[in-house]
Amino acid sequence: MKFNKAIVAMILALVMVVGLCAAAMAEDEPLKIGVIGPFTGGAAIYGNACKYGAEVAAAEINALGGMQIKLLEEDDEHDAEKSKNAYNKVMEDGAQMIAGTTTTKPCIEVGAVANEERVFMLTPSASSVDVIDGKDNVFQVCFTDPNQGTASAQFIAEHKLATKIAIIYNNSDPYSMGIYETFKAEAANLNLEIVSEQAFKDGEVDFSVQVNDAKANGAELVFLPIYYEPASLILATAKSIDYAPVFFGVDGMDGILTLEGFDTSLAEGVFMLTPFSADAEDERTQTFVASYKELTGEIPNQFAADCYDAVYALYNASVNAGIDGTTAYDEACEKLIEQFTGDFQIEGLTGSMSWDESGAVTKTPRAVVIENGAYVGFND
Amino acid sequence: MKLKKSTVNNIIAYGLVIVAFIVCQLSLNAGTMSRSLKGQMIPICVYIVMAVSLNLVVGISGELSLGHAGFMSVGAYSGAIISAWLLEGLHIESAIVRLILSMLSGGVFAGLAGVLIGVPVLRLRGDYLAIVTLAFGEIIRSVMNCLYFSIDSGRLHVSFNNPSLPGKLLVNGPAGAKVVEKLATFPMGFALILFTLFVVLNMINSRSGRAIMATRDNRIAAEAMGINVTKYKMMAFVTAAVLAGMAGALYGLSFSTVDPAKFKFDTSILVLVFVVLGGIGNIWGSIIAATLLTVLPELLRAFSDYRMLVYAIVLILVMLATNNPIIRSLFDRLVRPRRTASNTQRGGASE
Amino acid sequence: MVSFLRFLINGISLGSVYAIIALGYTMVYGIAKMLNFAHGDVIMVGAYIAFCAISYLALPPLVAILCAMAVCTVLGIIIEGLAYRPLRQASKLAVLITAIGVSYLLQNSALLIWSPNPKVFPTVLDFGSIRLFGGDLVITSQAIITIVANIIIMLGLTAFTGKTKMGKAMRAVSEDKGAAELMGINVNRTISVTFAIGSALAAIAGVLLCSAYPTLQPTTGSMPGIKAFTAAVFGGIGSIPGAMIGGLLLGIIEILGKAYISTELGDAIVFAVLIVVLLFKPAGLLGKPMREKV
Repeated sequence: MKFNKAIVAMILALVMVVGLCAAAMAEDEPLKIGVIGPFTGGAAIYGNACKYGAEVAAAEINALGGMQIKLLEEDDEHDAEKSKNAYNKVMEDGAQMIAGTTTTKPCIEVGAVANEERVFMLTPSASSVDVIDGKDNVFQVCFTDPNQGTASAQFIAEHKLATKIAIIYNNSDPYSMGIYETFKAEAANLNLEIVSEQAFKDGEVDFSVQVNDAKANGAELVFLPIYYEPASLILATAKSIDYAPVFFGVDGMDGILTLEGFDTSLAEGVFMLTPFSADAEDERTQTFVASYKELTGEIPNQFAADCYDAVYALYNASVNAGIDGTTAYDEACEKLIEQFTGDFQIEGLTGSMSWDESGAVTKTPRAVVIENGAYVGFND
Repeated sequence: MKLKKSTVNNIIAYGLVIVAFIVCQLSLNAGTMSRSLKGQMIPICVYIVMAVSLNLVVGISGELSLGHAGFMSVGAYSGAIISAWLLEGLHIESAIVRLILSMLSGGVFAGLAGVLIGVPVLRLRGDYLAIVTLAFGEIIRSVMNCLYFSIDSGRLHVSFNNPSLPGKLLVNGPAGAKVVEKLATFPMGFALILFTLFVVLNMINSRSGRAIMATRDNRIAAEAMGINVTKYKMMAFVTAAVLAGMAGALYGLSFSTVDPAKFKFDTSILVLVFVVLGGIGNIWGSIIAATLLTVLPELLRAFSDYRMLVYAIVLILVMLATNNPIIRSLFDRLVRPRRTASNTQRGGASE
Repeated sequence: MVSFLRFLINGISLGSVYAIIALGYTMVYGIAKMLNFAHGDVIMVGAYIAFCAISYLALPPLVAILCAMAVCTVLGIIIEGLAYRPLRQASKLAVLITAIGVSYLLQNSALLIWSPNPKVFPTVLDFGSIRLFGGDLVITSQAIITIVANIIIMLGLTAFTGKTKMGKAMRAVSEDKGAAELMGINVNRTISVTFAIGSALAAIAGVLLCSAYPTLQPTTGSMPGIKAFTAAVFGGIGSIPGAMIGGLLLGIIEILGKAYISTELGDAIVFAVLIVVLLFKPAGLLGKPMREKV
C-alpha cells in the first residue's frame, strides 16, 4: 500500500514536472521569423543591412523578456532560384512567418510560393507592385514604386522646384524603372517638362554622357530614381563639369551621407523623399543607430530601418493575435492577415504605418533636403 | 548477337538515369525528400540539360562558348510568351500540351538564335570564339532589358523601349517575363534529360558525330578528308542551342517571373564549370557535376556568412585534385582496373 | 562639335582605364596562355589596399599605391603558385575554371573583410582640371594622369619585353614553352614574374579606376574586368600596343555609342562592334594571325 502510494506520488510528480516542462517549453519556444535577402553577391549591401537591422530589433525584443524571437537568416544572392531554396530552408527550420525578401525579384517568386502555402510575408524593402499584386498574404513596409514616382512629381510641382527636368534611371533595375515610369506619367499631368531621359545599367561607372545630356538640355532639376552608390558618381560627375542643378532622389538615395569617404559637400542641396534618416533626433532612431553601429561598425541605412520595423511589426501583430512559438505557419498566416488588414498600427523608425487589403503600406513620406552634410526636414 | 560497345554503354547509362528518376519520384511521393531538395529538382534537371548540351559544343566539337545562358534566356522568354499565348490565343486547356509546345518553341527560337550567331561566329577559333559568344550573351541580355511584350485578347504585341502596350504586359523590360502559370514539372524535366541524352549520344555515335570529333581533333586533316568543317560545327552548335532553349523554357516555366539578370555571364560560366568539372567531353561527368554543384551551395548553408567562400575553395580544390596526376592515376586504377582505349570521348577545347 | 570633343575626351579617359586593365590581361595571356578571370578581382583588392592605406593609415597617395602594388604582387605570386602552377599540364579550360574559383574567392573574401557597403575612393589625383571653350570642355587631371600612366606603362613594358633578359625569356616562353625550357629558361619562374608584373599593374589600374570613378565595392572589378578583357581581344590578345589601342577604342565606342545612339543599349553597342571587328580581323586589330602547321 505504502509502496503504491509512493508510486502514485512519483507518477504524479513526474506528470507535473513533465507538464510544467511542456508549459515552460511552449512559453520558451521562440517565435521563428525567416529573414531572406542577398547576403553575398552584387546586392549584398541591401541584404546585409536588412539582416543586421532585423538582428538589432530581435535583440531589443528578446531583452524585454516575454515572448522571444529567433531569426532564421538565409542568403538568396538576389536570385529567384536561390531565394526559393532559401525559403524552403527557413521553412524546413520551422519558420512561422517571413520578414523578407529584401529585393524585388526574389520577393515576387517567394511571394507566389508563400501565397500557395499560406505563409505570411512582410517584405521590408521589395517595393514593386508585383510583389503584393494578387497576394493577400504579402505586405510591404516600404512604399511601392509608383507611389514614390507620383509623390516625387507632385512634390516638385507643388514646391515649384523646377520646370525643366532630367531623369537618369537604371534600366536594368525594375525598382528604378517603376519609379521612372510613374514619375514621367505624373509629370506630364502636372505640366513638368522632361528635357532629358538617360539610362544606365548595373555596374556602369561612367556617367558623363547622361550628366552632359541633362546639362546640354538645360535641366534645372535632375531626378534620380536610383540607389545612392551610382548617385554618388553622378554627383561627382556633375561637379567636375560645373553643373549644379537641383538633385532629387527617392528612398534609395538614403545612405549617401554615410557612404564611407564620401565628400558630403557634393550632396549639398539634394532633395529626397525618404521615410528614414539616421540623423533623426528622436530617441528611438538614436538607440537604433547606436546598437546597429555596435553590431556592424557602420551607420544603418533605410534597408536596415525597414527590416527593423518589419520584425517589430511581425512581433507586435503576433502578440496581438495570440501567436506564439508553437502556432503553425498557416494558422499564423490567417491571424496575421486579419491583424494587418484590421486596425493594426505601428510606430516604426520609418514612420507610423498601417496597411490595407492590397498589402501596401500607408505612411507619410518625409521630404528632406541635405544641408551642411545632414538631412533637414523640408519646410516651404 | 554481340551488341556494339557504345550501345551497351548507352543502355547502362539510360538505365542509371531512369533508376535515379524512379528513386527521386518515389521519395517525392513518400514525402521523405527534404523540402530544400524537392524545390531543386527542376533546376537540377535544367542544369543537367544545359551542361550536357554545352558539352556538345565544348567537349565534342571543341569550341569554347561563354554565352550558353543566352540561348537559355531566349528559350525562357519564348516559353513564357508562347505559353500565355497558347492559353489565351489558342485556348489550349491541357497543361501538358502547353508545356510541351512551349518547350518546343523555346527550342526553335533558341535554335534560330544559334543559327544567327553561329554563321558569323564559327569562322573564329579558340579564345576569339569564346569572347564573341560572351559578347552575344551580353547583347541578348541588354536587348531583353528594353523588350516589352503584351497580350491583348489573344494577340501578341511587342515593342522596344516602350512599356505602354495594349492589354496585359507579359514581358516588362528589366522586370522580366511574367509566367501566367507555372507549368514545369519534375517528370517533364526528366523527360527532357532523356531526350537530350538521346539526341547527344546518337549524334556522338553517328557519322556526323565522328565528323565533328574529327574536326575537333585536327581541323586541317578533317578538311583534307572532305569533311565540311563549318557544317558540322554548326550542327553541334545549333543542336546545343536548341537543347538549351528547351531547358530555358522549362526553367522559365518553373518560376513566376523570368528575370533577364539571371542569364548573365555568371550563369554561362556556371554551366561551363559543370562541364569542365565533369570532364570535358564526358557526358556522364556533366550530369553528375551539374547535380552535385547545384546542390552544393545549399548544403553549405550551415557555413552561413562563409558559404560562398567555402564554395570557391571547394571549387579550386576539386579542380586541383582532379587534375593532379597522382590522384588521377590512383582514381583511374580504382575505377578502371583494365584501362581500355576509351579516348574517343576525351580531348575537347583543351587542345 | 564641342560636345563631340567632350565625348571623345570622356571616351579616351574611360578607355585608358580599360587599357591599363587590358595590359594586365594581355601580359598574362601572352605568356601563360590563360584567360585570368581573377584579374578584375585583383584590381579590386589593389583598390581596397590603397583605400585603406590612404583613409585609415593616412599614408601619402604615392606610398599607398606602392603598398597596393606590393600586396597585389605578392597576391599574384601566391595565386599563381597555389592555384595555377599545379595545373600547368592540365587543359586550358581547367585553368580557366580555377581562375573563376579564385575570382569568387577574392570577391567573397573582400565581402567579409571590407563589408559590402560601398566606399568612396579619396580623390588623390585631383590637381584641378583644364577648362576650354568657356567651361564647355573640361579635361580632368585624373584623365590626364591615367593617359600618361598608360603611355609610360606601355613603353616600359615594351622595353622590358624587348630589351631585358627576363623580357626575352618571357617572349621565348610565349613562343614555345618546351623549346624555352630546353634553352635553359626557367619557365615556372618566368611565368611567376609575369603574374607579379600583371598583378602590380592591376594595383595601379585599381587606383586609377577608382580615382576616375570613385566608388569601391567587392564587385567593382568584375564589369571593368570583362570590358577590359574584351578590349584586350579587340586589340589582339597578347599584343601590348594592341591592348592599349583596344582599350582606348572600346572606351571611345562606349561613350560615343551612348551619346549618339542610346544609353539603354550602351553595352550591346560595344559588344556588337567587337563582333564586327573580329569577323573582319579574326585575331583582333594587332594580333598575330594564326598560322597552322599540318
